[in-house]
Amino acid sequence: MTTSDRLADATTGTDTTPEGADSVGYAEHRETTEGRVYTVSGGDWDDVLSDATHDERMVINMGPQHPSTHGVLRLVLEMEGETVTQLRSVIGYLHTGIEKNCEYRTWTQGVTFVTRMDYLAPLSNEMGYCLAVEKLLGIEAPRRAQLLRVLLLELNRIGSHLVYIATGGMELGATTAMTLGFREREEVLHLLEHLTGLRMNHAFIRPGGLAQDMPEDFHEAVTEFCKVMDERLPLYDKLFTGQPIWRNRLKGVGYLPVDACLALGVTGPVLRSAGLPWDLRKVEPYSSYDEFEFDVPTSTDADCWARYLIRVEEMHQSLRIIRQVLKKLEPGPVMVEDKKIAWPAQLSISSDGMGNSLEHVRKIMGQSMESLIHHFKLVTEGFHVPPGQVYVPVESPRGELGYHLVSDGGTRPLRVHVREPSFVNLQSMPAMSEGGLVADVIAAIASIDPVMGGVDR
Amino acid sequence: MIPVPEEKPETGAEQSSAERPESGLEPRGAEPARPVEPVVAGRERRGMFGVSGTGDTSGYGGLRLPAYSPPPAERPYGGWFDAFADEFYAALADNGIPAESILQVTVDRGEITFYVAREHLVAICRTLRDDAGLRFELCSSVSGVDYGVDVPQRLHSVYHLTSMTYRRRIRLEVTLDVEDPHVPSIVDVYPTADWHERETYDMFGIVYDGHPALTRILMPDDWDGHPQRKDYPLGGIPVEYKGAEIPPPDTRRSYS
Repeated sequence: MTTSDRLADATTGTDTTPEGADSVGYAEHRETTEGRVYTVSGGDWDDVLSDATHDERMVINMGPQHPSTHGVLRLVLEMEGETVTQLRSVIGYLHTGIEKNCEYRTWTQGVTFVTRMDYLAPLSNEMGYCLAVEKLLGIEAPRRAQLLRVLLLELNRIGSHLVYIATGGMELGATTAMTLGFREREEVLHLLEHLTGLRMNHAFIRPGGLAQDMPEDFHEAVTEFCKVMDERLPLYDKLFTGQPIWRNRLKGVGYLPVDACLALGVTGPVLRSAGLPWDLRKVEPYSSYDEFEFDVPTSTDADCWARYLIRVEEMHQSLRIIRQVLKKLEPGPVMVEDKKIAWPAQLSISSDGMGNSLEHVRKIMGQSMESLIHHFKLVTEGFHVPPGQVYVPVESPRGELGYHLVSDGGTRPLRVHVREPSFVNLQSMPAMSEGGLVADVIAAIASIDPVMGGVDR
Repeated sequence: MIPVPEEKPETGAEQSSAERPESGLEPRGAEPARPVEPVVAGRERRGMFGVSGTGDTSGYGGLRLPAYSPPPAERPYGGWFDAFADEFYAALADNGIPAESILQVTVDRGEITFYVAREHLVAICRTLRDDAGLRFELCSSVSGVDYGVDVPQRLHSVYHLTSMTYRRRIRLEVTLDVEDPHVPSIVDVYPTADWHERETYDMFGIVYDGHPALTRILMPDDWDGHPQRKDYPLGGIPVEYKGAEIPPPDTRRSYS
């Protein structure tokens, strides 16, 4: 130990005093024509490991600012050598109080909040929230809106699963997975921007229907997207499915059988990887999902590998649904007829590049005083929702996303509670990783694919 | 209404209510016990726009709307609710849980809610999970609701249970006084309730007795108060970061 007062010595553990420079044995060196060359061996790391494997337990903090914990998740690992003996997840680093904020906004404005929770599946959040508000109101979105919602949800599911492959791959060291995954996700985001106006946080699904109808060329844009994805998705099979490193990192890792899934409340691809074909789109169809033909891929391996395969297959199934939506679509309204609920937005880009169309503004300003008052009240005060409570679940890319809304009859929610699949699924981390290696912890988190914005809300 | 799969276990088969001996406890056909006080789920409203003290001259300021109280449902409940309720009450009797533990049943918007007495909550959950005719394998969600400062029994602990076998969803609700916010924890029955109950404790201060580690989960460990209670303000809490106070947003210097 150095006893020097110098700051550099204290922080680096070296002794830079004249006596010290000679006293410590440096690594082996030899003189060459280029100068002195040191040979540094890794002996000290072996010492650390041998110490650790004998009687010392190591407690390691992983995160919250760690690139492989899938967001601001902190894991506290108790390890013996490289084996994890205990794991605890610590969350709350991204808590933003969205549930509380919703209570201070109108029912329509709530959409803007909930879309920011699970930011990889914003449309699923909007969908769950809007279905719950519609159930409270006792209304149903028109057919075209329902079909377009399905289209958007499936596009979103593809985008979300692509991020799973991208970030999951990066966390396991497969950086090509990241570049590939984000390249394809960019296609999804471009398309969603074209359809809804925003890449993320769309706030496009509204209570009663959609914010507005699709752009005129959306049919071609979606068809083109399907064509691109048909070419690109097989790349994933080529690059990963047959690849021994990827397979060895995932196979038999993060095992969670079906009874553990049910006890821990785990849903989504993780539950389906354990063999239970529980997909709310099939078992409790909402928004005309029962009219579509698609398969629910399952596996009985219950490991990370099965979850990877299931997510890839789900992307193919989503494309299948999107194609069917395009065939079924017929012209019609995308918002309920009731003007007491329907948001009066006839949006189009005006000369300043934003806002309501001039034509629409001219109409509401010039038509009648009553309609102007009505417009004003609907936007500022919002609509009243009859008192009561509902729980509406939808199948988000991560599992059962449930909305428990309580109304006391006012224009603002009394309570918005979100059953977030990421939040619930993250509880299974100890069950998946205790007793395994520390490297497999990373694979297990990636296979749950939690979004911390949703976990902490 | 959720479609039921073809191969479902049959009602009236093994272990179902039809096989059970009468014990005189089944409230079949009759109403379950009523709570002493009606459940209040909402606040009283005055005036039309919810504003006060603005010198409202519209004449609507005198409007009074009483607080909403979920009405108790009467038989028949409709749909699968009746078959389920028969099965449920019979199973309760089988497990020695008094029928009075169900304080009220409400059917609203196609969802059934059972207001239960908190001392029987865990036994009821275990019955719902284990009985062959009920099979609520999944606890979807546990959430708290605070109905407002003046409401009697303002805190509610709400449980959403899912039966994957029968494709049914029900809701259990426990009403609590804010001075005595204790509920038994259902973590023993549904391990998934662990984080849900911690979150509800964190946000509402509902204490789940018997929880293995009831600590804050979203807020910092040393936080004061429970943020989602109705008497807790939105924003405006000065917080300390690395020794310096960060004032609430409305008292910060504005650069406009």
